[in-house]
Amino acid sequence: MTNVNKPLLEMRGISMHFGATKALDGVDFLCNAVEVHAVLGENGAGKSTLMKLIAGVLQPTSGDIQVDGERVSLSSPKAALRHGLVCMFQELSLVPDLTVRENLLLGARDSGLGWLRGNGLEAARDVLARIGGEDISFGARVADLTLPQRQQVEIAKAIMKKPRLLILDEATSALSASVVEKVFDLVREERDSGTAVLFISHRFHEIEALADTISVFRNGQRVETFAKGAHDYGAIINMMVGQKIEELFPPKPPVNPEAEVVLHVEGLTWEDRVKDVNLTVLRGQIVGLGGLDGQGQGAFMMGLFGLLRKTEGKTALEGTTTTISGPKAAKQPDVGLAYIPEDRKTEGLILDQSIEQNLELAALGRGDLDAGDPALYANSLEQLALKHGGLDLPVSSLSGGNQQKVVLAKWLALAPRCLLLADPTRGIDVKTKTQIYSILRKLADQGASVILLSTDYEELIQLCDEAHVFFNGEIVASLSGDDLTPQNIIAAALNVSATRDAAHA
Amino acid sequence: MLDYAKSNRREVIAAAVLIVLLTIYLGTHPRGASTYVMTIWANQCLILGLAACAQFFAVVVRGIDLSVGAVMALTNTIASYLLDGSPAGIAMGMVAVVGAGALCGLLNGVIVVFGRIQPIVVTLATASVFVGLALLLRPTPGGAVNYDLADAMTLDVLGIPTALVITAVVVFAFWLPFRRTGLGLGLYALGSSEQAAFQSGIDTRLVRLAAFTLAGVFAGLAGLFYSFVTTTGDAGIGPGFTLNSIAAVVLGGVLLRGGVGSLVGALAGAFILKTIASLMFFSGIPSLAQPLFEGLILAGAIAIGGADVLRARNKLEVFK
Amino acid sequence: MITRTSTRAVTFDSLVPYFGVIALIIAGSFFFPQILSVDYLTQQLQIAAFLGLLATGATIVILLGHIDLSVPWVLTGAAILSTALVGTGNPMLSALAVPAALAFGALIGLINGLGVAVLRIPSMVWTLAVNSMLLGLAVLNTGGFNPRGESSPLMVAMASGDFLGLPFSFLIWIAVCSGLTWVLVRTPFGRYLRSIGFNEKAAFLSGVSTPSVVCAAFAIAGMCSALGGVMLAGYANQAYQSMGDPFLLPTIAAVVIGGTSILGGRGGLFGTIGGALFITLLTSILSVMQIGDAWRNIIFGVIILAMLLFQTLRKGAAQ
Repeated sequence: MTNVNKPLLEMRGISMHFGATKALDGVDFLCNAVEVHAVLGENGAGKSTLMKLIAGVLQPTSGDIQVDGERVSLSSPKAALRHGLVCMFQELSLVPDLTVRENLLLGARDSGLGWLRGNGLEAARDVLARIGGEDISFGARVADLTLPQRQQVEIAKAIMKKPRLLILDEATSALSASVVEKVFDLVREERDSGTAVLFISHRFHEIEALADTISVFRNGQRVETFAKGAHDYGAIINMMVGQKIEELFPPKPPVNPEAEVVLHVEGLTWEDRVKDVNLTVLRGQIVGLGGLDGQGQGAFMMGLFGLLRKTEGKTALEGTTTTISGPKAAKQPDVGLAYIPEDRKTEGLILDQSIEQNLELAALGRGDLDAGDPALYANSLEQLALKHGGLDLPVSSLSGGNQQKVVLAKWLALAPRCLLLADPTRGIDVKTKTQIYSILRKLADQGASVILLSTDYEELIQLCDEAHVFFNGEIVASLSGDDLTPQNIIAAALNVSATRDAAHA
Repeated sequence: MLDYAKSNRREVIAAAVLIVLLTIYLGTHPRGASTYVMTIWANQCLILGLAACAQFFAVVVRGIDLSVGAVMALTNTIASYLLDGSPAGIAMGMVAVVGAGALCGLLNGVIVVFGRIQPIVVTLATASVFVGLALLLRPTPGGAVNYDLADAMTLDVLGIPTALVITAVVVFAFWLPFRRTGLGLGLYALGSSEQAAFQSGIDTRLVRLAAFTLAGVFAGLAGLFYSFVTTTGDAGIGPGFTLNSIAAVVLGGVLLRGGVGSLVGALAGAFILKTIASLMFFSGIPSLAQPLFEGLILAGAIAIGGADVLRARNKLEVFK
Repeated sequence: MITRTSTRAVTFDSLVPYFGVIALIIAGSFFFPQILSVDYLTQQLQIAAFLGLLATGATIVILLGHIDLSVPWVLTGAAILSTALVGTGNPMLSALAVPAALAFGALIGLINGLGVAVLRIPSMVWTLAVNSMLLGLAVLNTGGFNPRGESSPLMVAMASGDFLGLPFSFLIWIAVCSGLTWVLVRTPFGRYLRSIGFNEKAAFLSGVSTPSVVCAAFAIAGMCSALGGVMLAGYANQAYQSMGDPFLLPTIAAVVIGGTSILGGRGGLFGTIGGALFITLLTSILSVMQIGDAWRNIIFGVIILAMLLFQTLRKGAAQ
């Protein structure tokens, strides 16, 4: 790991305030060339705000940014690109209705509104070939590509801009192991040729493989920057969350073999995305679903809630086979399912409406409940410790964590038999996560069942009684007890377990 | 080639439908597939086609332009004053007419972008203003357009209707190159996802202004060509064209949510609409029943286009 | 059922057209003192009710995040239907005239709703197509001439009668508005309407049957358009071709300047009432001032733009 004299990017005294919320508070941050700098932190820690500042999407409330020792004003993404600061955001920036070629052209470094020359496309083709995307046709519409293919194109688009600083924000979340390896090789090459690389991921094995330097953020501040290897896994987690990982989670009760079956799914199949999946959930259980993005776990959960057409297979609730035609049917007392969707801002809540209106929306359709009765929600709101300035304020005024609490309270008012949660703690701060874990366990203890889709190993390990890992539409591993370890989860997610052992035998 | 077909399946379908319809039309027309018939057909198609192009630019950036007809009326009335006289004067007049259209579009764009008001509402109001201006110019239809020029534009060139030549010019000399500029792609990016476009470094305000201005330019061209066809200025031509331009772009595969479709599709949709109307006229269906048939066919075509949504396996896909 | 809500019926935005009305009356009276007469003002109330009913139905659909462009021919169709029934001379059929017209409006509304909710055709396009079909039906039916028929005494009374000095048409309009406001504020349907207008996906995921709400909303709008058509036929004592066309744009304008957002979710009927009153008064004063068609159009457009810009300025200042 070599350090060049002058850092490529230096941020000094950076603060970012959104009204009363301090996303970043007096942060100093350096990025050097020829270095892969990993940024770790819980969501709400300020990582994505930091990246948005570098990318020119946001401007700091105070503090300054220097590139090559000179003060710059990154007033827009265009300005940031001019300085060679290229960011690959988690939400892909590809235009779905244009072709791959057109998207790449659009992203080229010196493209304005005029004629787009095709130079740079060869470079992109090379990059794609190197990361396993040689069969992606340039004439194909992006909307027709799979998610891994889109991530590959996004990477090529970023490299094509010849960045001086490359930010990768969860850029490989859907890619298979072999492709990820190739991407890492590419990143190392970029680093060696003088680029600075900022790498955000919450997958430790990736950090281990790639990072030279690691910075940990917590609560809007940079906790520490250190070379890889200086601290072990436990210490790093401690830095990220401010306490021991075990303290975040409520204790797991012992397995009860006598528990009755609440949900039994047999042979759920949908398109080629969910292939003959079986699942049994007992009363009082928290069951986890894991795997890389888009391996079928999300679709499976949606299928349970009646959001998919033409699913095959049987679903039985407390012994009675039912066909769930949609969310309206799913929330009725005879079925009793609740679904907390992945994207709380666009799917879980109606941001423009008040907290109260959001709380009542699910209960309104239940004839047996009086949606306007505050008592329906009082218990959940108290247990979740919702912080608000008045129930008639728009729900957009709440922090991300509190917003998620509203979504939960909305559904808990219906006293569901089985709660389906799609990555509920994504983008949520640590304190709220703890509160959510606690209430989930309480619910389970009181007799409800919980199916939790998570991209966080710790959740699967510490919170769930058992975890099922999806790969390519099937459950490839069902882990519980002593088997429920990070290594096993990762191996199953990347589908490398048996083959790798065989190769090394 | 196959890639192109897959990427632009809606346009391909529209083009195929058009060819079928045209064949039927020429086959059933009493005067057959003559230049005369084709010319009249082509002229009608081009007027709506240019209006549909105007609408395309507004729709592709997730907006809509309810002033297309009004701008046509205004530019048509302006043309009825300027397009008679010396060749130099006429040439400048044509530029002025299109320029007027561009100004109208720019006004729409400015109010949308800087006034931060929804396009549907802005263009509703500006349409009123433009129609009023047109009425000031021509309270009753009148005026004149140089006959030689009008003939040149609306007859044929070596047996091919001039209108079709103009269409070809628009597609090959304007659209195809434009599609490869940053602005051209920027329109799609903006319509697809304003946030993503912004993050990619696109100046969203400029692109939106350009989109509405282009809409005005094409509405001006439509009004200009209309004046060649009718050689008069008429302030009342607006309403039919506005609504038909929306129907045309939808038929041609341009989605109202933005980011999808092409100018070619808009043209195809307009041509299809006009061909159906012409078919009706010569089909022997009683004239009283023709509007109903047209309405049914329009509704049917739109419903079929919408039905592919029924195939969506994930119920959430229909919500955008 | 629902005790406390945070959508107040009267917001500042919805009061703006009322200020506009007052401003118009004051300014107009300088030129034409007769504007301040009771006769004139009550006549405005009477006429405003026609536009107002259409705008009321339009508000429901716009709150949903959609738009109904079939207003002109639902209106005309209802007028034709009701006058034709009365014109048969058969007392039973005459009595059915108004209910039949309303049923017609509801049926077309349902067709609109199904196309939008089930076939997912953008409401702008589908209601346009439906409008087209109705036009075709009418042409076929009437042979292109003015439809034969007459209005029943009830229809005439609805349009031109009065009660305690206030025009019947106005009272009917206000009654419809009150009823719909109650629905908006006090029933789940009203809540679902706004939720869908803001975010249909989230509403669907919360278990709202969005197709039912959409169909019901369009049906209500259809009935309002039909009622407007019946009253206009009562006013003119007949139905006539393209009686509906001049109403479409003023209807939308009335809704929008009343503070209802064209995107859905936000707004309400109180503002629409003000908007309809404003537009009716504006049109009337411009006509009293004998301002020609041309300037009327220009002034109309400029004033709408001014009010919209004012709305934006207010939003900007509020932040």
